[in-house]
Amino acid sequence: MIKLQSIEKTYPARGGGAPVPALSGIDLTVGRGEIFGIIGRSGAGKSTLLRTINLLETPTAGRVLVDGVELTALPAAELRAARRSIGMIFQHFNLLSSRTVYDNVALPLELAGVRKAAIRQAVDPLLELVGLTDKRDRYPAELSGGQKQRVGIARALANGPKVLLSDEATSALDPETTGQILELLADINRRLSLTIVLITHEIAVIKEIGHRIAVLDGGRIVEKGAVFDVFAHPVHATTRGFVDPVVNRGLPDSLRHRLSPVPAPDANPVLRITFTGDRATSPVISMLSRKFNLDLNIWHGQVDEIQGSPFGTLVVEAVGTTTAIEAAISLLRVNNLGVEVIGHALPGSLRAAG
Amino acid sequence: MLSPEVYALLVKATLETLHMVAVSGALGTLAGLPLGVLLAVTGRGELLQNLAFNRVAGVVVNVTRSTPFIILVVAIIPFTRLVAGTSIGTAAAIVPLTVAAIPFIARIVEGAVREVDRGLIEAAQAMGATPFQIIVKVLLPEALPAIALGLTLAVVSLIGYSAMVGAVGGGGLGDLGIRYGYQRFLPEVMLAVVIVLVVLVQLVQSTGDRIARRVNKRNPTS
Repeated sequence: MIKLQSIEKTYPARGGGAPVPALSGIDLTVGRGEIFGIIGRSGAGKSTLLRTINLLETPTAGRVLVDGVELTALPAAELRAARRSIGMIFQHFNLLSSRTVYDNVALPLELAGVRKAAIRQAVDPLLELVGLTDKRDRYPAELSGGQKQRVGIARALANGPKVLLSDEATSALDPETTGQILELLADINRRLSLTIVLITHEIAVIKEIGHRIAVLDGGRIVEKGAVFDVFAHPVHATTRGFVDPVVNRGLPDSLRHRLSPVPAPDANPVLRITFTGDRATSPVISMLSRKFNLDLNIWHGQVDEIQGSPFGTLVVEAVGTTTAIEAAISLLRVNNLGVEVIGHALPGSLRAAG
Repeated sequence: MLSPEVYALLVKATLETLHMVAVSGALGTLAGLPLGVLLAVTGRGELLQNLAFNRVAGVVVNVTRSTPFIILVVAIIPFTRLVAGTSIGTAAAIVPLTVAAIPFIARIVEGAVREVDRGLIEAAQAMGATPFQIIVKVLLPEALPAIALGLTLAVVSLIGYSAMVGAVGGGGLGDLGIRYGYQRFLPEVMLAVVIVLVVLVQLVQSTGDRIARRVNKRNPTS
């Protein structure tokens, strides 16, 4: 649905300084009906990237294709027409204070030259979809933040777009309202099979409704993939920074200081085993114990859920011969379980306690 | 109290003032409003950036704005003759009043339009709005409360200016006050002129405030 090809964006130099690169080497494909989340710290270029999709930001180089049309090749008038099939919602809603709820939702249709009667036929169902029929003739100043964003969503849907761009749409809302707005977005995504691209600095947003995710750092995409995979196995440090607080893969501090990063004599390796999907419940520990005559001291373990799929981590100290431990690791790998040696237990730590 | 003759003069002068202010205010708005919008949207990084136009228009506006009104009246007498056919009387006074009102109103409108949240412009662009649509459907309606207050200020200033053109034979309340109140030393005429001016300004201001409040939907209680 959306294709970004080798996008570069550089802001011209200001007053003798060097040009500022905002995006570099962005290649991105978003499938039809997908909810695609882009996460990054502030200043990572998220906003610029999102605005490149409807060409509110013109890339310095590269091509933007939406629904097979190369936007970067369109003259101004055709670009404006193409933008009508790309809805956009904003962190601060950007509603016209001088217009009622109804008139705000009607605006994109007015701009497209739709006749009054047709506008009414389009707007009323949209207000119903977002649950604001009773606020029809109110002004934005009379609405709560969540209601304003609902107006924003209805307005973005008015022209029947194929794509919805969400610019930190829930960042100004409280957690409960955020949940409701995300639910609405997920619902719209399912019912209208609308492609949604959302940028956020709140990983929980993507954890809740995202299908795929890209992590932006310093204007580059450092990691992308299915939400579950990226959450279960974050590779890049930035990704870990986002994922760790919501998907607790880490060790509690009390255990972490017992870990040595380098092997030491008499130090047993500590493994982190990651269980995903239906493997989250397989009895792997007892199997390893029996098969390789290993003692596995369980340090830490937990099961989380990412979009309904169970996801577990188990941190164990393996006590046994080196060959047995290596065999155990390769058996786990063969069984498609994530396993990594995260350190070595300092002597006299848990074993003494156990 | 005032003699019937003086009273008739007062009524006539008030009507002349209203005539001058109304016509110059209307013409000033007609020209100043689009000029102000153009000044706002041609600035750096704005919707229709055009720095050459912006700079030239800015200089012209500043030159007019920085000339004291009484000097402006005298300085443009040839132009006034060309337009009104005379340099004396109410019709002639309207010319310098309008020339002064245009840049004044333009700056007020420019300021009001610049105050509109950029996010609204971006939202309209994302909907595929043309620059003209953005001006008409977004910028002007959103700037309307500030424009209404600014126009009120402009009309109040025009009432003051219109009294000044009285000094150079422009007619109206200023003319009456100077010729009768000052030169013939009739303090009651002077007082009456001042009272009428005060009442006029009060009426204009409160009407303007009411309109501005009515069009402002930003405050939930209004």
